[in-house]
Amino acid sequence: MTTSMLWRAGRRLLLIAGLPAVLITAWWLATANSTNFYWPPLRTIVEVFGPTWLEGKLTSDVLPSLARLGVGYLAALALGIGIGVAIGSSTTLRATVEPVLEFFRAIPPPVLVPILILFAGIGDGMKVLVIVSGAIWPILLNTVEGVRSIDEVLRDTAACYRFRTRTRLTTLILRGASPQIMTGARQALSIAIILMVISEMFAASNGLGFTIIQFQRSFALPQMWSGIILLGLIGVALSLLFRLVETRVLAWYFGQRDTQQSGA
Amino acid sequence: MTTAPPTTAPAATDTRRGRGIPHGALGAAGFAGLILLLELLPRAGVVDARFLPPFTEMAVALSDQLASPAFWDALVATLRGWIIGLAIAMAAGVSAGILIGSVPALRAATASTIEFLRPIPSVALIPLAVLLFGTDMRSTLLLVVYASFWQVLVQVLYGVTDVDPIARDTARSYRFSLWRQVRTVLWPTALPYVMTGFRLAAAVALILEITGELIIGSPGLGNAIAVAKSSGAVDTMYALVIVTGVIGVGVNLAARFTERRALRWHPSIRREVAA
Repeated sequence: MTTSMLWRAGRRLLLIAGLPAVLITAWWLATANSTNFYWPPLRTIVEVFGPTWLEGKLTSDVLPSLARLGVGYLAALALGIGIGVAIGSSTTLRATVEPVLEFFRAIPPPVLVPILILFAGIGDGMKVLVIVSGAIWPILLNTVEGVRSIDEVLRDTAACYRFRTRTRLTTLILRGASPQIMTGARQALSIAIILMVISEMFAASNGLGFTIIQFQRSFALPQMWSGIILLGLIGVALSLLFRLVETRVLAWYFGQRDTQQSGA
Repeated sequence: MTTAPPTTAPAATDTRRGRGIPHGALGAAGFAGLILLLELLPRAGVVDARFLPPFTEMAVALSDQLASPAFWDALVATLRGWIIGLAIAMAAGVSAGILIGSVPALRAATASTIEFLRPIPSVALIPLAVLLFGTDMRSTLLLVVYASFWQVLVQVLYGVTDVDPIARDTARSYRFSLWRQVRTVLWPTALPYVMTGFRLAAAVALILEITGELIIGSPGLGNAIAVAKSSGAVDTMYALVIVTGVIGVGVNLAARFTERRALRWHPSIRREVAA
């Protein structure tokens, strides 16, 4: 019993870690004695990683970037859900503004960077604004769609029982729309990360994107590679964090879906 | 209705159309309102006209652009980069997806790697692309392909898992050749997923194409926006941003049209048309 469990756990571990280990080893060996300027040995990259990012730059570049990302993303969530609920609740309003919103969503968000620089300069405000202006659309449009497709019967029931606005909002509208809101929020997260980097590459005096571009311009290749790896790790960490939040928020929904699927 | 997945919900509520003012007119009114706002805000001095020129000035700049060959060159460069990148990503994503998806061992072994590589922001590759290819079109292409490849791959993987086991076993017992199995059993099941991947990838590819041009400086509309910005031609900049938005809408519509076209035979589309 225990041996078979151990065996299974070992197999699982092998499946999860096997290929990444092979790939990293291949990278390590292929570049081990590399004198190619563009592809420094992975060993060197790993060696410079600590000194480059963990001493000094952590507080001067990495944390400010993440703080702007956090503020911008949360603001986009709050605004997107708030406006989305308002628009989704009125058919006329929705028909009026939806084409305009679809147009704004279709604009590639990074082109807003030069425009927002005009208004907000190149400070923290601009970067947060860039993140909000790009990340808000998927959240907003998905919220509208989610609120719109809430079951009519549930809606009428809530009206019959004269739910207070607050109760109606938390138990019916936000709950009912949450699967779609989360879909929008997931798209928005990857857009927000892209915009965090882009806004710093365009004009900044600190931040991850800025530092990586500095390394590239000064041909500090191992440092640049370590920055690329760090950005990748941040992307992966945030997507794991998101999934954690999602399973919490949508626990009821996944449960319901599973029951329905097994029942059918 | 609660049992319906979110994707089928819109069809149900759209049947309520036809009451009161038609939605098309309301949408047009929305756009008119936006244009009016863009015209009046700077004119009334609410917003600095240096930062947000009145809409009429943007329109003049836009018509100037439409008359200049440089604009059309940039537009063609952008669309070409987008199409090439999307085509490479589709071809690579679909073939890799079918291969990985139909071999269970391969699928299990690559799952963690795919989950890890997918969320890596493609813009992280910008410095590398610049070093390798300079401001050449290829550096933007690298970003476009990287970003849209994952969209396609993940959808194809979902699609391949969705194959009905009975249909697969039937094909096997009749000893269909491998190619015939892929073509008659796997492909029709996976096609709706492939088309979803195509739609997502088309939008992502456009974003990355224009981002690459803007940041790296490879030829195209993004680069034209950067040039307009640094030369202080604010109205031209807005005109070009509007153009990118129109292209974005066009890409979405074209992708949706292609999807419906390719899935004409599929129950989900047939049902919508009948309703």
